[in-house]
Amino acid sequence: MTTLLEVSGLGITFGGLKAVQDVGFRVNPGEIVSVIGPNGAGKTTLFNMISGVYKPSTGSVKLDGENVTSMDPYLLARRGLSRTFQNLQIFQTMTVLENAISGFHLQEMGPLLADLFHLPSMKSRAGKAETEARALLERVRLGNAAEKEASSLSYGALKRLEIARALALKPRVLLLDEPAAGCNAVETEEIDHLIAEVAASGVAILLVEHDMKMVMRISNHIVVLDHGEKIAEGRPEEVSRNPKVIEAYLGTEAANA
Amino acid sequence: MAELMQFVLSGLTVGAVYALVALGFTIIYNASDVVNFAQGEFVMLGGMITVFANMAGLPIPLAALTAIVVTAVAGVALNKLAIEPARGAPVVSLIIITIGASIFMRGLAQVVFDKQLHRFPAFTGDTPIMIMGATILPQALWVLFGALVVFAGLWAFFTRTLTGKAVLATSNNRLAAQLVGINTNWVMTMSFALSAGIGALAGVLVTPITNTSYDVGIALALKGFAAAMLGGMGNPIGALVGGLLLGLIEALTAGYISSVYKDAAAFVVILLVLFFMPRGIFGKSSTDRV
Repeated sequence: MTTLLEVSGLGITFGGLKAVQDVGFRVNPGEIVSVIGPNGAGKTTLFNMISGVYKPSTGSVKLDGENVTSMDPYLLARRGLSRTFQNLQIFQTMTVLENAISGFHLQEMGPLLADLFHLPSMKSRAGKAETEARALLERVRLGNAAEKEASSLSYGALKRLEIARALALKPRVLLLDEPAAGCNAVETEEIDHLIAEVAASGVAILLVEHDMKMVMRISNHIVVLDHGEKIAEGRPEEVSRNPKVIEAYLGTEAANA
Repeated sequence: MAELMQFVLSGLTVGAVYALVALGFTIIYNASDVVNFAQGEFVMLGGMITVFANMAGLPIPLAALTAIVVTAVAGVALNKLAIEPARGAPVVSLIIITIGASIFMRGLAQVVFDKQLHRFPAFTGDTPIMIMGATILPQALWVLFGALVVFAGLWAFFTRTLTGKAVLATSNNRLAAQLVGINTNWVMTMSFALSAGIGALAGVLVTPITNTSYDVGIALALKGFAAAMLGGMGNPIGALVGGLLLGLIEALTAGYISSVYKDAAAFVVILLVLFFMPRGIFGKSSTDRV
């Protein structure tokens, strides 16, 4: 199996502060890799570097063998890397459906003039995008909210909308930053299934999540960060027994007990 | 009756000029929420470059084309040199940057060109056309026609094309736009080029009526801004209707009350709009989440 996402030696400094240093791991197609660690460990910073929002100071990111370090997010989107955000990046004043359709932007693109004159080719592309967007909304249980303005939805619903938009890009690598945050137990389980389903279709998934039960249940591989450094990695059961990990989460005394 | 008709016709003439300037505001505003106060300078450049290219020997159509292209390049330069380096700054700071840029461009025009008033001949002569006992200049019809064409083009661009929607998405949430694959830097470059080009076109069309000099931009920008606010910032229909309405209000005030109050009337209307309909006639009401 070829590695789809390869991160090596990745690090970034903010004004002398080493926020993340020398982090590396691989994600294969169909695999779910989770990044865990206490608050402030650098998980979101790591995501921001991989997805081109921050430019890393050291290290490299490879997508299917191609070096994509520091590449702008729109170019990464065109190469099949898609992500969601912990603090939501939604088009707030558009409807839920329009947000989902926006994910089809690249597939809908055609010649500007054909577009301007509403040629049938463009119309059918737009129609197809809408049908597929509605199907995706059903999949994340937002079918009934399609015509609502995004800003009127709850945090948990917007998280699912972001997942739908990310899936619309038909990504090869999907980065999910706390997809289950703000969701109730039922919704969490649904997201759980959705992620497993997407992974099963061959997408490489990198996940940040605080719900440990969910992480332990669905991850194939776990990377543990603390103070910006990788302190452990391995299968869920290995990681959960690792004294370093217990120490990072619960303190030294618990680890010695 | 003939008197009223005359006021209406002069109002529409001036209004079409305001509408063209107001249309220029819409693209940059839609892409970035920035009201570009250098828009009037684009109009000035359009007129002045045409005049000087014409004096250098180019026929008017070619001179006008040169003016539009050069001004579009100036628009891109404004974005690259002044707006993009300040990315992440609050919108108000960016607006102040555009005011600075307009002062700079005005100064530069004073040095590169001169401080005289200039004009070039109207496209189809200066013989006034009689309509119901009132007259209108043929060039005014050109301006009206230009405003209608630009309006139709922009309206189709923003409502029908994916590129137009990408512009709207960029202003709504730049990062989210990038995530779905939109090259937001290109959107900004294109927006400034288009806005500047439309401004220059306005300058080319109105110069035979209003004359031009290095400092015509500031008054045009203010009136165009007022027109855009009246109609609803960012909406092409708003720019067109707002411009024509503002021109009519001015002309009727000047005709029936006193030409002294002409400018005051326009700004009183703007104040009323801002008090009672802050988003303009065609503006979408916004619901801020609390």
